[in-house]
Amino acid sequence: MGRFHRHDDGTVHAHDTRNDHDHEQEHATGDHSGYATGGERVEVLERIFDENDKTAAANRAEFAAAGVRVVNLMSSPGAGKTTLLRETLARLADRVRVGIIEGDIETSLDADKLAGFGAEVALINTGNGFGGECHLDAPMVRSALPRLPLGDLDLVLIENVGNLVCPAEFDVGEDARAMVYAITEGEDKPLKYPVMFRSCGLVVVNKVDLLPYLGFDMEGFLGNLRKVNPAAEVMLVSARTGEGVGAWCDWLRALP
Amino acid sequence: MHELSICGSIADIVTRRAAGRAVKVINVRVGQLRQVVPDTLVYCWELVSADTPLAGSRISIEAVPARIRCRSCDQVTDVGAVPVFACGGCGGFDAEVVSGEEFLITSLELEPFFPDDAGLMAPHQGTGKEGSQGGVASS
Repeated sequence: MGRFHRHDDGTVHAHDTRNDHDHEQEHATGDHSGYATGGERVEVLERIFDENDKTAAANRAEFAAAGVRVVNLMSSPGAGKTTLLRETLARLADRVRVGIIEGDIETSLDADKLAGFGAEVALINTGNGFGGECHLDAPMVRSALPRLPLGDLDLVLIENVGNLVCPAEFDVGEDARAMVYAITEGEDKPLKYPVMFRSCGLVVVNKVDLLPYLGFDMEGFLGNLRKVNPAAEVMLVSARTGEGVGAWCDWLRALP
Repeated sequence: MHELSICGSIADIVTRRAAGRAVKVINVRVGQLRQVVPDTLVYCWELVSADTPLAGSRISIEAVPARIRCRSCDQVTDVGAVPVFACGGCGGFDAEVVSGEEFLITSLELEPFFPDDAGLMAPHQGTGKEGSQGGVASS
């Protein structure tokens, strides 16, 4: 692997565990490739997500100025995000002014399911362009803002693209991240997708109405979750039967 | 899976920083906790850079392992391939990530400015008379 690298004075060493920022400063003139190419080297040291993060900060400022709380809701496909949102709107829509930003690779199927609850829904189809995107990024969310009356809203729920990998990498300007995890997905997912599970403050464990039929090892799952994110809050929910949905709604309303 | 859009961001940064000069190698540092598949990134770069001024350049990846430092006993622990964010010393879970979240372009390796400038950049290879003509590079 490329951890070992060479400096202009000929020394070679491995990366250690210091803060990466300090590391960049210290080695600003070092040869980080570990091989000689004979070309002229220009230091860059630029974060690849910098553009996205700047736009996320702009989104966050706009949400804050409008007094809106924003939750980025993520999960694998089929875990139950849309069903949970339907139940959420059914319970909250007459008390909390909710807007939805709906990310989907193709179709308006999810947005259609959420229509009729009095919430404003802005759909982002990410399928445009080269191959379609597997996540929402900050510029995509920004493009949806003109279609939401932020000044008239209390809460915006962003339904991200169903995917346990890519959405975790992109700050979109949210105040909190939550994920919906269905017990049909198996106990090992926190270990396989640690970045996603680490990035969320709340894990909604959905489809618990199926517990009697699945042989799901809840303690094993919670143990795996704690290995990657010991601070995560956990709620047991069945969006289908409504069990636990009230606690989820309370969590949304209590967002700081 | 998001390597294509990442390559778009890389192309923006490289185009700006290279300022028109031909790029040979883009050195990228990727932490283990960044969900970037090196082979996929290299392949997507070929797709994204094709038919652009960056065609022919390649991405070289420096991987950085994930490590945590325990807030209780200060021990540094490798997170490991099957990730466990627990201290290897005391077993505690109150730990901060100290490496593995890096994702940046560290440097570019560029071709010489113009073929005509090759002589200026290597003055020992020719006499002043040859160099003063400012014409065809000898290489």
